[in-house]
Amino acid sequence: MSATTETDQGRKGSTRWVYVALVVGLVVMITPFVWMLLSSVKPEAEVRAVPPTWWPETVTLDNYRSLFTRLDFPTYFMNSTLIALAVTVGNVMFGSMLGYALAKLDFPGKRLVFGLVLLTLMVPGVVTFVPLFILTTNIGLTNTLPGMFLPFLAGPFGVFLMRQFISGLPDELIAAARIDGAGELRIFFSVILPLCGPALATLGILTFLTSWNNFLWPLVVAQTEDKYTLPVALALYSVGQNATQYGLLLAGAVVVVVPVIIVFLVLQRHIMQGISMTGIK
Amino acid sequence: MSTEVSRHVNPMRRQQAIAAWVLAVPFMALFLVFTAGPVLASLGMSFTDIRSTDMRSPFAVSFLGLDNYTKLLGDSLFQKVMVNTGLYVVLGVPLTMVLALAVAVGLNRVTRLKGLFRVGYYLPVVTSIVAVSVVWKFLLRADGGLVNTVLAWVGVDGPAWLDSTTTALPSLVVMSSWRNLGTLMIIFLAGLQTVPTEVKEAAEVDGAGAWQSFRHITLPMLRPTLLFGAVITSIGYLQFFEEAFVMTKGGPLDATRSVTFFTYDQFSFGNYGYAAAASYLLFLAVVVLTFVQFKLFGNKD
Repeated sequence: MSATTETDQGRKGSTRWVYVALVVGLVVMITPFVWMLLSSVKPEAEVRAVPPTWWPETVTLDNYRSLFTRLDFPTYFMNSTLIALAVTVGNVMFGSMLGYALAKLDFPGKRLVFGLVLLTLMVPGVVTFVPLFILTTNIGLTNTLPGMFLPFLAGPFGVFLMRQFISGLPDELIAAARIDGAGELRIFFSVILPLCGPALATLGILTFLTSWNNFLWPLVVAQTEDKYTLPVALALYSVGQNATQYGLLLAGAVVVVVPVIIVFLVLQRHIMQGISMTGIK
Repeated sequence: MSTEVSRHVNPMRRQQAIAAWVLAVPFMALFLVFTAGPVLASLGMSFTDIRSTDMRSPFAVSFLGLDNYTKLLGDSLFQKVMVNTGLYVVLGVPLTMVLALAVAVGLNRVTRLKGLFRVGYYLPVVTSIVAVSVVWKFLLRADGGLVNTVLAWVGVDGPAWLDSTTTALPSLVVMSSWRNLGTLMIIFLAGLQTVPTEVKEAAEVDGAGAWQSFRHITLPMLRPTLLFGAVITSIGYLQFFEEAFVMTKGGPLDATRSVTFFTYDQFSFGNYGYAAAASYLLFLAVVVLTFVQFKLFGNKD
């Protein structure tokens, strides 16, 4: 009896230290974002102050104003949003269609198709961007929004995730619908798809976030400022002539990061589920 | 018996096959044009001297065989970026994994505030690498940067982290681990849930300390999860690029330039064939790692 109580007390004591460590870690994880927000509302001179001020002595929205007047952040924001929406719709639609076929239907070439899709899960983006650039140039899509989203409409991740999810749905549903005389396509659209809500939500959110943060391809395709996405604009300004205007750049980072953080906080359950469901983001 | 039946042309099966292809065609068309095609085209280009000036006259391109590859392996800059990329993997993977495992084990022991911790540690994963790189470049400034300000509290005079060839690459690795540990944390947490508490409790009754039970029970049972985590993290670090692009421009003296960065540079110079060959060497490294994974996990789904 007494031995158990001793270990319990030991456990409780060490659990307290676990909490302390977790809180310290959490502070390290969150501080860069807090620092970004605080600095973005300081005037440029205060941003550079040595030693730095913690709480802004003067609060100003000048940095944000500059994003709109000197730079064209509304356009970049719009470009990023339109591209991410197109990519999300494409992946949710095409991914669930092929995912269903792979999970529940028999057809010649099935294993080949699945093998091909799985193989490309591990192809680094850097492998395809040179030929893709030649292709988009030749079909006249360089420096256009379709040029930025078309190559990402059909990604392997969506197929993989939807196949996993649909495989878990009972075959009897489909068998019953067939007996009722429903056509194969109708079974997909009116029996299967309505049951895929959670998986579609997860896929949609993850795809949107990935596209929103995507950098290499938009960097290659966008050639004039009016076609920049948010990450492209932010990266090019931060290595270009605005490199030392920290206040401005941090305000830009806020515009890129804060919408995503809000979406994440609201929908985090779906995102975490997606990660543990497939093990990849 | 069922094979007997299926050998006849079964109208149900045929309908199914037609429907399947109708569902598959939109994806496959896009996939072949924008993914599979370019993967093969890139391989083909890597054996040629194609340059940006050849875009509209592809017949001026000549076949080089393996010349691009031999030239790459002898290119001192490429050797440097290979070493750097190796360092990103060798430093980044263990650091990210140890941090993520520590957080996951800690989270597995607590009950209150678990959701808050999970969200907090995962938060950087969803944010743009470009944006957090801008923030960290600011945090890592020599004078007035938050990192050195905090270090000064404990009497450490922090250097200009991103301006020195010795500290720049490790700084990027630390920042990258900070951003990526959330993904592994989630995967490890799922793995820890499969370690039965009875086994651990039995070990503790037998007098095993917390560390011993972690070392001899939890870690071995977590092996598949850890290996899987190691592979996906390695693939990530192999493609390291955006952090260096924003924070150091690949410098100082190419100390942070990676293979992907090199490929991007060669593309910008118009050396398409050379860039394609470099990207294929990176692809090869990824394939080798993934092969190792399949070897280790057998036919795990």
